[in-house]
Amino acid sequence: MIAPAVVLAAAAGYLLVLFLIAAWGDRRAAEGRSVIDSAGVYALSWGVYCTAWTYFGSVGRAATAGMWFLPIYLGPMLAMLVAWIVLRKMVRIARTYRITSIADFIAGRYGKSPGLAALVTLITVVGIVPYIALQLKAVEAGYLVLTGTGRQAAAAWWGDGALYVALALAAFAIIFGARHLDLAERHEGMVAAIAFESALKLVAFLGVGAFVTWGLFGGMADIWARAQAVPGLADLVRLDGPGPFDYAQWFALTGLSALSVLLLPRQFQVMVVECVDEAHIRRAAWIFPAYLLLINVFVLPIAIGGIIAFGAAGADPETFVLSLPLAHGAPALALLAYLGGLSAATGMLIVETVAVSTMVCNDLVMPGLLRFGLRGGGDLTRLILAIRRAAIVLVLMLGYLYFRVAGEAYALVSIGLISFAAVAQFGPSLLGGIYWRGGTRVGATAGLLGGFAVWIYTLMLPSVAKSGWIPDRFIAEGPFGIALLAPERLFGLTGLDALTHSLFWSLLVNIGLYVGLSLARAPTAREASQALLFVDVFRQGSAEPVFWRGRARLDDLRALAGRFLGPARAEAIFDEHAAARGVPVPDLVADARLVDRVERQIAGTVGTASARVMVASVAQEEPLSVEDVLEILNESSQLRGYARALEEKSQSLEEATGELRAANEALKSLDQLKDDFMSSVTHELRTPLTSIRALSEVMRDTPDIEPAERDEFLRIIVSETERLGRLVNQVLDLAKIESGHAEWHNTDVDLRAIVIDAGRATSELFRERGARLDLTLPDTVPTLRADPDRLTQVMLNLLSNAVKFVPTTAGRVEVRLVVEPDALVVEVEDNGPGVPAAEQATVFEKFRQGGDALTRPPGTGLGLPISRQIVDHLGGRMWLESESGRGACFAFRLPLQPGG
Amino acid sequence: MRREGRGPRAPALVALCCAGIVLFNFPMLAIWGQDATVLGLPLLPVALFGIWAGLVALLAFVSERDGG
Amino acid sequence: MGTKVLIADDEPNIVVSLSFMMRREGYDVVVARDGAEALDAIRRERPALVLLDAMMPGLTGFDVCEAVRADAAVRDTRILMLTAKGRETDVARGLGAGADAYLTKPFSTRELVEKVREMLA
Repeated sequence: MIAPAVVLAAAAGYLLVLFLIAAWGDRRAAEGRSVIDSAGVYALSWGVYCTAWTYFGSVGRAATAGMWFLPIYLGPMLAMLVAWIVLRKMVRIARTYRITSIADFIAGRYGKSPGLAALVTLITVVGIVPYIALQLKAVEAGYLVLTGTGRQAAAAWWGDGALYVALALAAFAIIFGARHLDLAERHEGMVAAIAFESALKLVAFLGVGAFVTWGLFGGMADIWARAQAVPGLADLVRLDGPGPFDYAQWFALTGLSALSVLLLPRQFQVMVVECVDEAHIRRAAWIFPAYLLLINVFVLPIAIGGIIAFGAAGADPETFVLSLPLAHGAPALALLAYLGGLSAATGMLIVETVAVSTMVCNDLVMPGLLRFGLRGGGDLTRLILAIRRAAIVLVLMLGYLYFRVAGEAYALVSIGLISFAAVAQFGPSLLGGIYWRGGTRVGATAGLLGGFAVWIYTLMLPSVAKSGWIPDRFIAEGPFGIALLAPERLFGLTGLDALTHSLFWSLLVNIGLYVGLSLARAPTAREASQALLFVDVFRQGSAEPVFWRGRARLDDLRALAGRFLGPARAEAIFDEHAAARGVPVPDLVADARLVDRVERQIAGTVGTASARVMVASVAQEEPLSVEDVLEILNESSQLRGYARALEEKSQSLEEATGELRAANEALKSLDQLKDDFMSSVTHELRTPLTSIRALSEVMRDTPDIEPAERDEFLRIIVSETERLGRLVNQVLDLAKIESGHAEWHNTDVDLRAIVIDAGRATSELFRERGARLDLTLPDTVPTLRADPDRLTQVMLNLLSNAVKFVPTTAGRVEVRLVVEPDALVVEVEDNGPGVPAAEQATVFEKFRQGGDALTRPPGTGLGLPISRQIVDHLGGRMWLESESGRGACFAFRLPLQPGG
Repeated sequence: MRREGRGPRAPALVALCCAGIVLFNFPMLAIWGQDATVLGLPLLPVALFGIWAGLVALLAFVSERDGG
Repeated sequence: MGTKVLIADDEPNIVVSLSFMMRREGYDVVVARDGAEALDAIRRERPALVLLDAMMPGLTGFDVCEAVRADAAVRDTRILMLTAKGRETDVARGLGAGADAYLTKPFSTRELVEKVREMLA
């Protein structure tokens, strides 16, 4: 037993710590250094799924029904496996369209319908109130166990202890959930506190579990061994322990909890609305199931251990986590466990009420107010906040009332499952809405109404009847005696437990109506456009289509924004928009984009439906037909296509420009070369022509010319003609080779023989010059596939060049033929003056001739270029090795294999 | 919203989910439900928790590996 | 007599024909083989007229032309440029460089002689 004062002090202290953490979280957020911007904190905040139900209810269930406590945690595990796909899409949609609650989400998807929003809110409130009561009940029950007081004795002064808790939590929720209007509905302090609570829950539960397993017993195997001794206890973990196993119920519970982990208001709040960064989902998706695993590991040991320790009817199994440590000398641990349970309850209460109050305000009250004439000017933010706070208090009070009135009637777990079944009705319209473009408002509304009605009839009413409020005869016999409509055996469907039965029928009706009516009638333009925006949210990118046509006055729009967002925020929006457009604010055109933007911002405060109503009141909207929607969509996707194509184009354009520029440069230099070549050729052709003409004319005009002179002139004329002829030949030859029009007669060639022949052909030149020709040739040489005439041309050219430049005495030219493994190399070396390094680069250029004009031996200057072209064409290479004053060696290399 | 990391591939996740559904329900459940003990502990809870832990580990592996 | 004519060309055979023609006309002939030599000869011999080949190694005919026009002492020397290049741009360049006349090779001997007479008149 622990003194009540201690317990109260501990509880109060705990709430104070929560308070401080939340305050710190909010302050850090205001500074911009968010505490909750981490996947770990994000994942821990999801732990709000584990309420007092986990703490107390699980153990109770395990003690009576064995493994049946487990399915509601297996469901979330399965759901988390696809969280990255489904949850991320929900988060993206919520972020993009400023959706702040489930009601907003569903209503927004189906055409921003106020009716739908109100319906969802109503269902939520009805479904959640019992769940809230459950938490308060757990808090009270735990307190009673800890302090060991009986129910009656406590009632006197504890009496409304639960009320105080409810009020304290209302205050907390208001302070951290409705202190100011955050456009994204983010409450960083609250999330920080929730994450802390999750951690505490886990630690406390693990502590008790460890205590029981290894403190009271000798480990899990020991517990199990001892359990065999208690009659019937070992059957707990058998599937067919209490009776034939109900696989259907197991499956239903798993599926139900998988849906609930996404659809419960508090889950939607922490997973979707409070999400700081989509990327965190990736990690949180596996951290959360790990958390659930850990917190459940000791459930069975505690349950079984408790039964062993206390005997079968010893104590209420739901409070084993408190009673076991208490009874075995660990009151501090019991207190810690109580705080864990308290945090489980308070976490749920805070987040749930904040989420529900947002819905009540945005989707129930505000639309009502707007419809009934709330038009007066002035800042509406104050009003909205007031409504929020009132809603928080209201919801908590409703929960308290339910607890007061009906708290004893049902075990915790059953109430919780009923709530699950209620929010499961959102599944078809929400999940269908984000994946199926064909879902319509009519279908969703009908589905929700139908499913809700079936839920009330098959689950809610019977539970109320079983609590004794209304006569329960209709459960057994059906209303007015119609057996087929018996609420737990509709149409004669037996064999299912109440929950599974209800789930089956409600979802059947829900989905049936949803799909059926959606298919029956085409969606309206607004529904279609919203459907596209939601389902295709990952494809939008920055050029989202705006499905709005109409006109609005800028001043009206600004006033509207000011009323709902506060003057500061409103101005900020317009300033930003104006800056992006590059015009001053007063010149802004209230076009569709601006209107859409303002509407979205307002939706963050009052919900999409109300926002639409408000904007419609200041703008003249042109109603869109489905064709218009398609047109807008077409434009938008065209625009996107264009944008992408443009980007690609400009990129390839840049590349192409770069290439063009390079090609231009190359062309210019080639052109230059061509020009140079042409002018060189012209020059070279005209020079001998000049002499020929001039001398001929002179002879014609000078009849009395001296014979000696006349002979000299004639000699020159003949020589120049020859020169001209040679030049023309070579120019043509070069042109042909270069342009590829030359004829090549490739045969098997003996290079050795060619060299020898060339030497013989030029022997006259050598004799005239007084120079010597030495040939260094191997005895045999592999044959080569080439044109023998061309090769001869090359050899003649090299030899004649060489002999021109050797000194007049002791001139010597050596020709070497070297056999390499895959090629033949010929070197022609002379002992002339050599080629200075500076000129070596230009020696192969056309019309370049060594030496100067006076001493230059006759030649065209085209021999080397032609030779080089020939060698290149045969796949070889020609080069020059020379040092000034030490002779020159022209060499070429021909591969034996063509192309080698 | 910051840089969006590339997350695990959808088919892998769906496959894991389907595997989970199968492993946690009939008829696999009947297999786990047999009378047997593992390390002195009853098979059913050990199997269920073991599969659960395995799924978490696989999900973690797939998520962290394919993520940014 | 005394009218000196300088023939500047690097092609020996052309020099032969030009020399003969000039001597036949009665002028004294001085020969230069390249641009530098030509410039030198102009300053030294002070010919009345220069038959200047445009393309010579080293200093081209254009360079010589410009140098002569820049040199006050010999600025008034008559210059007749001869070149195998005949495009309009080259003619313009030649005249721009300061030549008094421009003939493309192969030229008509009669035309050349007439031009020379004209320029020395």
